[in-house]
Amino acid sequence: MTSELYLLGFGPEGWGPVLARAGLMTLAVSLSAFLLGTMLGTLAVCGRVSGNALARRIAEIYVVVLRGVPDLLVIFLFYFGGRQVVAFFGTALGFEGPFDISGFAAGMLAIGLISGAGQSEVLRGAYQAVPKGTLEAGRVVGMTRWQLFRRVIAPQAMVTAIPGMGNQWQSVIKESALVSVTGLVETMRQVSIAAGTTQEHFLFYTAAAIIYLIITTLSDQVFRLLERRSMAGYAGASR
Amino acid sequence: MDVPYFASLFRDLLSGLPLTLNLAFLALLGGFVLALLLNLARTTRTGTAIAGTYVFFFRGTPLLVQLFMIYFGIAQFEFIRSSFLWPLLREPYWCGLIALMLNDAAYTSEILRGGLRAVPRGTQEAARVSGMSSLQILRRVTLPIAVRQALPAYSNEIISMLKSTALVSMISLMDVTGIAREAVAETWRAVEIFLCAGLIYLVLSLIVTRATSRAERALSPWQFGARQ
Repeated sequence: MTSELYLLGFGPEGWGPVLARAGLMTLAVSLSAFLLGTMLGTLAVCGRVSGNALARRIAEIYVVVLRGVPDLLVIFLFYFGGRQVVAFFGTALGFEGPFDISGFAAGMLAIGLISGAGQSEVLRGAYQAVPKGTLEAGRVVGMTRWQLFRRVIAPQAMVTAIPGMGNQWQSVIKESALVSVTGLVETMRQVSIAAGTTQEHFLFYTAAAIIYLIITTLSDQVFRLLERRSMAGYAGASR
Repeated sequence: MDVPYFASLFRDLLSGLPLTLNLAFLALLGGFVLALLLNLARTTRTGTAIAGTYVFFFRGTPLLVQLFMIYFGIAQFEFIRSSFLWPLLREPYWCGLIALMLNDAAYTSEILRGGLRAVPRGTQEAARVSGMSSLQILRRVTLPIAVRQALPAYSNEIISMLKSTALVSMISLMDVTGIAREAVAETWRAVEIFLCAGLIYLVLSLIVTRATSRAERALSPWQFGARQ
């Protein structure tokens, strides 16, 4: 197998540049899904802690459903289902087929939705850890809801949420491999193509494993750094 | 609504349920045993290094990569093809089960490790003083306390394994997801079919949540305000 290692290199026959680009695509789809998830997760927490019974119910159902259904199925639903919906409206509006939707968009939406449910659990825990006195103090000095969120809740909750959010980010990276079913050329898809072309399956799937390990390990370091930085203001925790 | 269509769709999808449950159950069982072994290995130095590397690899890479590595990757080696393992590794079922099992072991071993760390030293010392053997201590003192501690996290792992079995549809197995994909390829009614399949998994995970929270109550009644 060692004699085939040149296949992974950056030489004329090497798949190195393509794999590097695919790794960046994995990062791109993960990052956009994660940010979407953060927005949805924050909304879900707002719903769950709000006094509004309907909002709470919707947020709860969202979390239960998305945590109980396989990620793969959600991606299939968004990709093939999305195509079906687009085709339905497209035909109704008199456009000619065939209709297609972007794998990136479907994957990002699906994983963002899944991650939002997970992130809302983390964020809710972090919100509950915010000392109630600071909320009251903020309210007393006349802050609006948005100001309270931005200046009092978010800065404090972010500190508690960092380790949990790190885990959520790791899950998103691993889930992003499933987006390969839409044909989006990220790491997994590119590696499958390479393995099929060269018939070096083991070599290329090992390369995929290494690419994911690099991404997960590096992001672990980043989150650790963030954790240390965010604790800086707390006495005795700066080391 | 097209009732007869949905009735026959559910009948089709449910015929994949035995395979889904079979894979989830056996993967959890095998994964648990392996996780136990990994934790036992952590008592020695080399063992710790091996267990650490194992967990690092399986938790740091997507399950899909692991699955394809086993199903497509291993088959390319001549010595595997000629070994006694080939009749097993040729079958998608066994490849899927092995991948799920190895993956589950990594996550479960971390959950178990957390539980084991939470066992008070004193209880083990007391057991040793009263003359129990190491195996007896493990079975009667350490494991019961550790399992009780680890149950909430393990409940999440059960659900996550149940959902992960859907990946075996990528290597041509006909579990609930596999059947759903086939049905979509035939009829192109993707929204209805995938929603129905999702409903099946949702019900399963709700059952697991219910059952584990009941088990939690039974194992630590004092936390839920019961009298002792």
